[in-house]
Amino acid sequence: MTAELQILAAGPHVTLQDAGRPGLMRFGVPASGPMDRKALAIANTALGNPTGATGIEVSPGGLSLLCRKGPLTVAIAGGGHLVTRNTDRFGSWATLTLNSGDQLSVRPGPWGNWCCIAVAGQIQSRTWLKSASTHALSGLGGGALSAGMTLTITNPGTCAEGPIPCPVWARPRNRLLVTLGPQDANFSAETLGTLLTSPFRLTASFDRMGLRLSGPPLPPEAALGIPSQGITRGAVQVSGEGTATILMADHQTTGGYPKIATVLSDDTDALAQLRPGAGLAFAAVSAETAISLSRTRSLAFSAFLARLSAGAR
Amino acid sequence: MTPRFLPVADLALMVEFASALDPAAHAAVLALDRALAANPFPGFAEAVPAFVTLLVAFDAQVTTHAAVETHLKTLLSAGIETVLSPETHILPISYDNAADLQEVSARTGLSPQAVAQCHQSATYEVAMYGFAPGYAYLSGLPDALRLDRKPVPIRNVPAGSVIIAGGMCLVTTLTMPTGWWIIGHCPTRILTNDPDRPFLFNVGDQLRFQALA
Repeated sequence: MTAELQILAAGPHVTLQDAGRPGLMRFGVPASGPMDRKALAIANTALGNPTGATGIEVSPGGLSLLCRKGPLTVAIAGGGHLVTRNTDRFGSWATLTLNSGDQLSVRPGPWGNWCCIAVAGQIQSRTWLKSASTHALSGLGGGALSAGMTLTITNPGTCAEGPIPCPVWARPRNRLLVTLGPQDANFSAETLGTLLTSPFRLTASFDRMGLRLSGPPLPPEAALGIPSQGITRGAVQVSGEGTATILMADHQTTGGYPKIATVLSDDTDALAQLRPGAGLAFAAVSAETAISLSRTRSLAFSAFLARLSAGAR
Repeated sequence: MTPRFLPVADLALMVEFASALDPAAHAAVLALDRALAANPFPGFAEAVPAFVTLLVAFDAQVTTHAAVETHLKTLLSAGIETVLSPETHILPISYDNAADLQEVSARTGLSPQAVAQCHQSATYEVAMYGFAPGYAYLSGLPDALRLDRKPVPIRNVPAGSVIIAGGMCLVTTLTMPTGWWIIGHCPTRILTNDPDRPFLFNVGDQLRFQALA
């Protein structure tokens, strides 16, 4: 048994993503995976799938598709999008069933950038290094979706339709917690103060590799270039003229720009839903606080998934 | 060599052996990387060796920066093995019709043949990966071939291009823009489709180029 979804229209950067391919940064390969990793985990959990099962990440460009062969239940989570099946409007976080001939459309709505569509079944796709996650720069992995393509879903299933609760921590976050550094020593005390007290803004230079900010310049101390070194998602790297970029899912794995700060992992998911033009601010925490917050938030997320999973059964 | 340990959010610890390029620091990075691979700690995620740093990523649900630092210090004080046993790879190369061979010849004052000879004469070391999947930075380029990057990158440089700049050499794996100088083509695939060995070399391996007949 299979189901088939034919892509009618897909904006740029609509791709297949799964939990990513962590562990290969030493070979120049970032983890990739969804910009908002919780969105995919939530959509999958609502259908009883493993959290990292392959789904579709819809970019601000939107997606419409035709169910050529159903029935198939899908789950949508992440952002606040306009979701329609044929002429029926749905809440943007929902499970809904597509029968043969149904059209599903996901377009930008009141808030957010990225949403994930999970399916009750397995999307067949190419993989690279055991992951279907698409690495934008190379196109390796499952790949970008475009009009005319058809996705085949094996073991398709159906389950109850209904809303998925959207927790407050899934909303766009504009106060980002960071630890300073690892190259805070390359910046003056005054510049570190500017980072933590000034408003910044997301610019339109915004993709799966990173988000460029506008705001007061954060000039690195002259003549303190650094030898290229490993980078993580969430790094706030500063170019020579003092412009900051926050690195995201498809970031380069190494680089020679100093990192003035690094955003806590949990905050980068909600940051991904902040739209270009939105303001944001940084607040510093200690390494110890970063760990304890990480644990508290992870427990809350696991508890949310457990409740969702119980509801899905 | 005593490194600095710098926390990176709830993700990693940056181990910095020096603040500027330094062969001894690089050797220390490779040695700690190997020691860590042989003796990982609970919650170890991955390590990213670079010129003078080792980024050690971990699972914050399992461990902490302080615990990781203690583990790494124990490895360092145990007198980690510094004698590495790198593999040596021979890569075939064709210098014919390389886009920038004439320009590199003009800038270095060497004939195109001498550029090719000089490039082949060296033994390279995989210093680190970066920029894009499978892009291995090769140190050991002879000083006679040291050139700055081009002022403007060239688009659509094909995969398999052998490029040089800033005293380094690299074999590209994807069609990408680059500001480095293209001096040859290597038919060997560095990104393999072998799931057990998806990348041809490891950081620390040695490498030589041999011109195709």
